[in-house]
Amino acid sequence: MSTTGNQMSDTFQFILGNHAVAEGAVVAGCKFFAGYPITPASEIAERMSQRLPEAGGRFIQMEDELGSIYAIIGASLAGAKAMTATASAGFNYMQEGIGYAVATETPIVIVDVMRLRGAEQPTHADVMQARWSASGDHEMIVLAPSSVQELYDYTIEAFNLAEKYRNPVIVLSEMTLSLMREKIKVKRPEELDLFNRVRPTVPPEDFVPFEAGLDGVPPMAKFGDGYRVLYTLNPHDKRGMITGDLDVYDDLYKRITSKIRKDIDSIVIYEKYEMDDAEIAVVAYGSESRSAKEAVRRAREMGIKAGLLKLGTIWPFHDELIRGIAEQVDKIFVPEMNLGKYVGEVKRASDCLAEVISLPLNKGRIHTSDEILKAIKGDD
Amino acid sequence: MEHPNKKYLRQGVLPHMFCPGCAAGQITNYFLYAVDQLGLDWDKLVAIGGVGCTSRAPAYLNTNAIHGIHGRNLPFATGIKLTNPELTVVILMGDGGTAAIGGNHLIQAARRNLDVTVLVNNNGSFAMTGGQVSPMTPKDATTSTTTRGNLEDNFDLCKLVEAAGGTYISRWTTAHPVQLINSIKKGIKHKGFSFIEVVGQCPTQYGRYVLGLRDPVSNLRWLKDNSITMKQAEEMDPEGKILVGDFVEKELPTLEERYIEMEQRMREAR
Repeated sequence: MSTTGNQMSDTFQFILGNHAVAEGAVVAGCKFFAGYPITPASEIAERMSQRLPEAGGRFIQMEDELGSIYAIIGASLAGAKAMTATASAGFNYMQEGIGYAVATETPIVIVDVMRLRGAEQPTHADVMQARWSASGDHEMIVLAPSSVQELYDYTIEAFNLAEKYRNPVIVLSEMTLSLMREKIKVKRPEELDLFNRVRPTVPPEDFVPFEAGLDGVPPMAKFGDGYRVLYTLNPHDKRGMITGDLDVYDDLYKRITSKIRKDIDSIVIYEKYEMDDAEIAVVAYGSESRSAKEAVRRAREMGIKAGLLKLGTIWPFHDELIRGIAEQVDKIFVPEMNLGKYVGEVKRASDCLAEVISLPLNKGRIHTSDEILKAIKGDD
Repeated sequence: MEHPNKKYLRQGVLPHMFCPGCAAGQITNYFLYAVDQLGLDWDKLVAIGGVGCTSRAPAYLNTNAIHGIHGRNLPFATGIKLTNPELTVVILMGDGGTAAIGGNHLIQAARRNLDVTVLVNNNGSFAMTGGQVSPMTPKDATTSTTTRGNLEDNFDLCKLVEAAGGTYISRWTTAHPVQLINSIKKGIKHKGFSFIEVVGQCPTQYGRYVLGLRDPVSNLRWLKDNSITMKQAEEMDPEGKILVGDFVEKELPTLEERYIEMEQRMREAR
């Protein structure tokens, strides 16, 4: 494989999931990566250590995951698109840093390859952690790819969203996806629609660093460009000054969360399959959506009016989308590789308009289409 | 007449939150004298603090500044310097952030010879949280979490940084303003990992409870009376004294220089 410049040479590549993440990051314009080795995410760091210097970026292996998350925040404040990658156990260490990035509105991308606690199998056990684990108020954008192609595409999208909303964006990968090879179509430069953070244009003396327009996202300076911004975790006013005024605090986090919630329709990626006349729906994310799709296809062959809602973006949670499905169908099945977590949100948003049935499987593998089909048919 | 360094403060930050007579205010002031005397480009400076008394200082400066996470100052600096090696990065932190929660970051940044200057206010305790024991508190000292005396030994931060690979290492106290300002100037100009430990008074916690000295002046006098130079140390038992001076000064390639050199090699190989 050619590794020169920003692009792989061929349109199609047969590629490892973790390498697809790295290639997606490079074409998205990532210029800094800091990470700490962990199975099954290490190949992302390995690939980035090779590729970033070729693409005008820099890589460092830090002393731990705390070091990694703060190094990428520092790099982003200095103007670089920056990323780290880890797996569940390492992701634990990054939560305070994610909170810092939320508070300071620093664009960063974090790849978390989910694996079972203390074991090396895939899982969806951390689907709530990705949303809620950082202390304090925040809205999180979390993408859940289901294939190597989506690892590549969603990594690019993650950078665009981070830059647009000045917020951390998490790509929630899974152990199987990260270590399997599939054919992907890589993007040519003209196919890319990259978003770069908006820079201030006013003179430094007129710049109010945390004052946003209607989009809720303030322009972002970089260290060394003359704007001399103070970044702090503490409650801060529009000038960035630390304040004890809790009305200011309240306003700050209303803006920081609403800048994402108000754009939920454009942020959330989803795909409907056979949903037009469906009476039974499967709501799935990540690799579970692959067997769910197969189960729906087979159900249709049997004359059962089943459909699939595949969520590419699992957070922010799109209440209206789920409510619309609940209004349409009688039953919603939610297969997950955990004890049944995301289903709680689906239930809440469904508002008793449909029966929501959890299909948990916490054994380090996805459901087979047989297993989902059996549930759809009501054989249980 | 306005204080000559007031021009470096953000508008509206005063009064600051340091206690009367705190070393953090002095160290901030000495740092600003050093910046002024060096004629540093204020737009290209990044001051990094964290959580704690001294780590609050960057929030008062009207330069590029980070404030907010305890002990993680050096990882922030690593990302900043690798992204833009032209920036001058100065870190202000206390002994808690440096020797306790951020200890590994200190070792690794020194090992990498990252081109930054670390200015540590060592007041021998976690002062902001109520004077708890720190890795710098001497054995037997009574603090709010060692009410029957500290069972643990402290250690020499400068020796740790020397062993890890720091290339400019110096220690003074707040009772040595001229030497300290010179040292900060040297540290900022030095290419590589500069580490300056300032043994500073805390009349509110360490001074009051460990030394039994409540007022700033007697604390400063104590620091002066208990400091010895390396030359003096040769002629007496240095036990219990604060050894001051420039300990290490050497030129070695920085991490940033090594990176740039690698990129140069890659270009030539193409």
